[in-house]
Amino acid sequence: MTDTLPATTVTGRTREGIAQRLAQDLKDGYVVNLGVGIPLYVPLFIPEGTEVVLHAENGVLGLGPAPEGEGDPDLTDAGKQPITLIPGAAITDSAMSFAMIRGGHLDVTVLGALQVSAAGDLANWYVPGKNPAVGGAMDLVAGTPQVWVTMEHVDRKGRPKILPECTMPLTGRACVTRIYTDLAVFHVVDGTLRLVECAPGVTPEEVRERTAAPYTEDLHP
Amino acid sequence: MIDKFRKDMLSVVDRVHDGASIAVGGFGSSGRPDGLLDALCELDRRDLHVYVNNVGHDFTGVGRLLHEGRLRRVTASFPILQEFYDEYFAGKVELELVPQGTLAERLRAGGSGIPAFFTPSGAGTMLADGSFTLRYSPEGGVAEHVPAKEHRMINGRQYVLEEGIVADFGFVKAHRGDRKGNLRFRLSARNFNPLAGMSGRHTFAEVEHLVEVDELHPDDIHLPGVFVDDVLLATNAAADQPLMERSSS
Repeated sequence: MTDTLPATTVTGRTREGIAQRLAQDLKDGYVVNLGVGIPLYVPLFIPEGTEVVLHAENGVLGLGPAPEGEGDPDLTDAGKQPITLIPGAAITDSAMSFAMIRGGHLDVTVLGALQVSAAGDLANWYVPGKNPAVGGAMDLVAGTPQVWVTMEHVDRKGRPKILPECTMPLTGRACVTRIYTDLAVFHVVDGTLRLVECAPGVTPEEVRERTAAPYTEDLHP
Repeated sequence: MIDKFRKDMLSVVDRVHDGASIAVGGFGSSGRPDGLLDALCELDRRDLHVYVNNVGHDFTGVGRLLHEGRLRRVTASFPILQEFYDEYFAGKVELELVPQGTLAERLRAGGSGIPAFFTPSGAGTMLADGSFTLRYSPEGGVAEHVPAKEHRMINGRQYVLEEGIVADFGFVKAHRGDRKGNLRFRLSARNFNPLAGMSGRHTFAEVEHLVEVDELHPDDIHLPGVFVDDVLLATNAAADQPLMERSSS
């Protein structure tokens, strides 16, 4: 990476488009926890015939779509929004909910990121000087076998968010397994990053200009 | 005869002393024991240490305690309320920030006679390495950090030692409760409530419905009465509660 940021802009996927791309990789039977932001678009794009069970860390296994009308104040998701339940849903207390998470019983956690490192370290809970809050992020990345990050490839100033090392406080080390951005899809394989896909209309060179971390390429058409 | 029904919220909560530690159920405003929290304000209790997942998003519940300057320390995962952070950065309230699953398990463990446990959550992060600010100085700068936690490699992975929480009091909101203190929660309002109830040396439960002892099937009790000392009708409960007339003070 050079010190000068690319002067040109690249238009890749929209935020919804990032979620749509990720949803194609969910497998039938997966149990998935979705963070706030881009991940909340994922349920809109789960392929027909793929049954995915959504988990909310406040103790809901089997979230359904948002209710019509006001909903039930005793039934909310981790973002405190009203929800519905699917048939076969289960409710637990918070310790049991995190036993599912920490015990590795979920398949995938999808969450946003401030930064991801070349080794798959994640920083997503705290910008120094701002208000600190962690929620369940550290438990989710510690316990879920697959941690999939959705984010814009660069920050608002155009600076790369995929870095050799995170400069912001870590949520977890070597926990990220995939990164879905507006420009590309990366997998973390044996502790190193691999570019596996560029978004439609985006070239590998454009991805490289905007990625500070070293990575290998194994592009699938 | 065991009868844990109580009529008067203020006389029951009066046993909470200034400086007490309190484990509070609820996730946001869902399942939050507002009647008990409001009673602390009516009784002018101060210097409190609350264990709670969220401070809330307004000046109700724990947010009211904060707004009225009644909190010494908050142990939470997601405090969020801006005024809380203003007070924190001004050195007026302490923040022990913990991963949400760690908070839940610490409450469960404390109530279960487990003094500490190892968890992978937060290992090697600033929530465990002694660099997170517990208390700011009113003059600016850091007055005190959350102490570093013991790390240990177990089967090739790093874990952090977290201590169980035994709070002076547990504050719980339930859907139904009987005279023996058995509680049942409703939907996702359960969240931290059973755990807060387990953590408290003395636990108060405010319930939306007071029920006869045979109305809760033994298979359907979420928190057995052994964890609960006093059962009160929630302040927002429906008015038709005939059982209240027959309950002791």
